[in-house]
Amino acid sequence: MKKKYFINANIIDPKNSINENGGLIINEEGKIEAIGKKVNTNNLPSREKLIDLKGKYIFPGLVDMRVFVGEPGYEYKENFRTLSEAALAGGVTSVVTMPNTNPVIDDVSIVDFLKRRGRDKSKINIFPCASLTENLEGKNMTEFGLLQSKGIIAFTDGLKTIQNTRLMTRIMNSAFDLDSLIMQHAEDYELSKNGMMNSGIIATKLGLSGIPAVAEKIIIERDLTLLETIKCRYHISQLSSSRSVQTIRERKDKVKFTSGVSINNLSLNENDIGDFRTFLKLSPPLRTEEDRLSLVQAVKDEIIDVIVSDHKPEDEESKRLTFSQAATGASGIETLLSLCLELYHNGSVKLETIVKTLTSNPAKILKINKGNLSIGNDADFCIVDIDKPWIVKKENLISKSKNTAIEGKKLQGKVTNTFVNGVELFKL
Amino acid sequence: MAVKLNKAIKISQKHLLGIQDLSINDVLLILDEAQAFIKLNRSKNKKIDILRGKTQINLFFEPSTRTQSSFELAGKRLGADVMSMNIGNSAIKKGETLIDTAMTLNAMHPDIIVIRHQDSGACNLLSQKVNCAVLNAGDGRREHPTQALLDALTIIDRKKKIEGLKIAICGDILHSRVARSNIYLLNMLGAEVNIIAPTNLMPKAIDKFGVNTFTDMKKGVKDCDIVMMLRLQNERMTSSFLASNREYYEYYGLTPDKLEYAKDDALIMHPGPMNRGIEIDTKLADDINKSVIKEQVELGVAVRMACLKLFCE
Repeated sequence: MKKKYFINANIIDPKNSINENGGLIINEEGKIEAIGKKVNTNNLPSREKLIDLKGKYIFPGLVDMRVFVGEPGYEYKENFRTLSEAALAGGVTSVVTMPNTNPVIDDVSIVDFLKRRGRDKSKINIFPCASLTENLEGKNMTEFGLLQSKGIIAFTDGLKTIQNTRLMTRIMNSAFDLDSLIMQHAEDYELSKNGMMNSGIIATKLGLSGIPAVAEKIIIERDLTLLETIKCRYHISQLSSSRSVQTIRERKDKVKFTSGVSINNLSLNENDIGDFRTFLKLSPPLRTEEDRLSLVQAVKDEIIDVIVSDHKPEDEESKRLTFSQAATGASGIETLLSLCLELYHNGSVKLETIVKTLTSNPAKILKINKGNLSIGNDADFCIVDIDKPWIVKKENLISKSKNTAIEGKKLQGKVTNTFVNGVELFKL
Repeated sequence: MAVKLNKAIKISQKHLLGIQDLSINDVLLILDEAQAFIKLNRSKNKKIDILRGKTQINLFFEPSTRTQSSFELAGKRLGADVMSMNIGNSAIKKGETLIDTAMTLNAMHPDIIVIRHQDSGACNLLSQKVNCAVLNAGDGRREHPTQALLDALTIIDRKKKIEGLKIAICGDILHSRVARSNIYLLNMLGAEVNIIAPTNLMPKAIDKFGVNTFTDMKKGVKDCDIVMMLRLQNERMTSSFLASNREYYEYYGLTPDKLEYAKDDALIMHPGPMNRGIEIDTKLADDINKSVIKEQVELGVAVRMACLKLFCE
């Protein structure tokens, strides 16, 4: 591989506190050789071909902590190859995949298969999660230690919640012993039973059962209470309401935990469901504008640590149904960064904070050396034209499933190039 | 709201999915048209042929006695060819989706599809996929527009007006599409609406729909002109909403002592089917001086004839 020289870029690398105009040199092995304002035309060999980015941005390759891939079992929705193509188009170079597959990722034998498929078919870094409990049943915990030794970096039941408090205690104890990361989808099932959207005026109007905000808050409060005595690595996968935000603000000083939010909950609210738009049936559900604003404020205040795409590819057949029958979730990995940039363009959140929630923060939680541009590291990064206007059209999406929640939305800012190990794998 | 009939001759909507979508002119047009059919239905020769050559398909995914037979009779009296689909035997049971069924039926060129479905919004989905008019005969807990229209017609028939009346709707509001449609319609026609239910059966944010809410039935029915009772929908209740039926009857069942609080000439309504002795005292339900439950059924046919006629045009 030839050495690459990028100059005149706005580089944001939160881990190394870089936020400046400068250049980037990638060496022959695809590693970062030099970065920052020191890299400019004055000190680069004139015979080399310099790539002038003309003020475009360079971010570390994004780390998306919540991605569903259909493999194994639902390859018709998304496989590793299509996922990685879609991710690259969105500047994402590392993904954490959920274990909600068929079979479920709950056993070391499946992890081997997964790692092999991920390596052979994917062009990006795949970090698989295993489930917390066998077959996601919420009964017997999985072998955290053995699974970790095979390369599992975190444990979650993905779409499901550990309801049983005693089991949760035991899971947390094991996680503490083995230094495992637990990611909880917070939802009290009895309270959310049959629920399809946020509980409130829109649900009443549409005649749909609601999922109350307290269903999330109660699980968060329970887990944070357990965390007072069991100090394991604990992450709340997604927050959706102002009441949950209030809870984590109050507890942040007392116990150690991290939390995430889906870009959907930061960009949309329940009104967007309109006349039964099943593509906006999400989990956790879209809530009120007040909830959305509270989540945005929490990202701004760095109370919420990460933003995820919650990429959940669903084929059209699963969505062309009545609202109650339709599948939950939206495809979103390709639009994650552009939607996040909306928060920057409208003045809600600083650009550096946004990049942090998408790169160094998730990497730190996961304890992986990704999401940064440190010298000597794999050159995983994306080049972004943060002002470029474009319109989301499902036919242009690369993901195998086209269930975007933001069809027709006008966005500002687009990834133009994505590199993994110094190799350009996506170009607009 | 002043209720004046502008001379509308055509309905503004292609489909009848809910009262929410109708303008006041649409409502008045339907009610006016239905008035004429009341007379026809009471005469000896009940059949006319204004829908001759038209095909009406009744697609009922939920069991129904009165609504289905009412729609069937309404179509037949207007001369339409009426087909009622028995979903129990159809491809739906074999895994076909609602949209596929819709496409199949659409290929047979119906002029009108009447649908009842257990899922809210099913009629909206159907209406997006077929070329003909879709009439909602009840979708989940969202709307049941023809029931609200027949209730309004019954009230007008007895009280000669709706504007200014005080109307109590009592019972399982949470699961009730009838309540939702009636709230929209009665509000539109200028009534004052009181909603009475235990908190467990009260939908979230219902007070934002322009109604007064009560958990005490006596306060809720006070000085009302109409007391509309709803059926306890036990089949939709997934967990304990109520302690027991007998306690419910004690606090929310319509009994003579609770009716005392309403106006002396108050009328009792119920969309049926009734749970006698649970939500309504059986003698009150049959009291011909107070109960208009049978009249509701009778006028239901007229309202559905009006809807079929107007939406077929």
